[in-house]
Amino acid sequence: MTAILDLWAAFRPALGSALLLVGAVLAVIGTVGVLRFPDFYSRLHAASITDTAAATLALVGMALLAPSFAVVFKLAVVWLFLFLTGPTSSHALANAAHTAGLQPLIGRVGSENGGEG
Amino acid sequence: MGYFLGLIVVLVALWTGLSGEYTLTKPLIATLGAISILLSGLLAYRFDILDREGSPYARLPQFLAYWAWLVVEIFKANWVVIKACLRSTLDINPALVKVKTGCESDLARTVFANSITLTPGTVSVEVEGNKILVHALYEDSAGPGAFDDMDRRSREACDGKAKS
Repeated sequence: MTAILDLWAAFRPALGSALLLVGAVLAVIGTVGVLRFPDFYSRLHAASITDTAAATLALVGMALLAPSFAVVFKLAVVWLFLFLTGPTSSHALANAAHTAGLQPLIGRVGSENGGEG
Repeated sequence: MGYFLGLIVVLVALWTGLSGEYTLTKPLIATLGAISILLSGLLAYRFDILDREGSPYARLPQFLAYWAWLVVEIFKANWVVIKACLRSTLDINPALVKVKTGCESDLARTVFANSITLTPGTVSVEVEGNKILVHALYEDSAGPGAFDDMDRRSREACDGKAKS
């Protein structure tokens, strides 16, 4: 049992750092998507990668690196609030755009006008 | 009364977790915590928000089960959008669809619409009665029946199994 705990103690910082790195890479991917997608609504989808997967992985990584349980609890609360407020703000944005009359781009966006469209 | 007790229990848990004072060795912090928790409970009662929306903790096990299912769904949907972001030639097929929901209560509808938004690739744009306008990154990911499972699960998590 102690051997497993020792292994976990040795492995934990590496795992936490790796998860933080993956979360950061996902945030960059979300940003790339925001820049590449053609219109407002599809850019929202790319931004939601940063909202969900990147934030989750980064917070789990931080929890693995945390020195005490109190910090883990606070990170869990942060995660909960992110997951409750993130969709609310996304919905508010989309709803405001829809109410203002912004028409979404419908139909297949191919490589002909990809990126610039 | 049940709602009030649920709120108090959750606030006590939140306070002890955030302050890190499990042992009650510091009377000042414990007293301040008790005062603020009672004040919050009193304010919630005065504002008349102690109902199944303001204090939905009686259904916590069902919410947690739904949450676990939703997180898995979110990661599956994330993978699709990540691939769409990184594809060398942009290949998306956005669509605006109307989704009919079987959720009766406001709480269940809110949970359902928020779950749609939380899942990458779909955003709920407008809620009108029992219809939700959804913008999707791929048309086939929002086809007929694509949200039936999520609809059923959010309804069961909020309103129970029996279809009202």
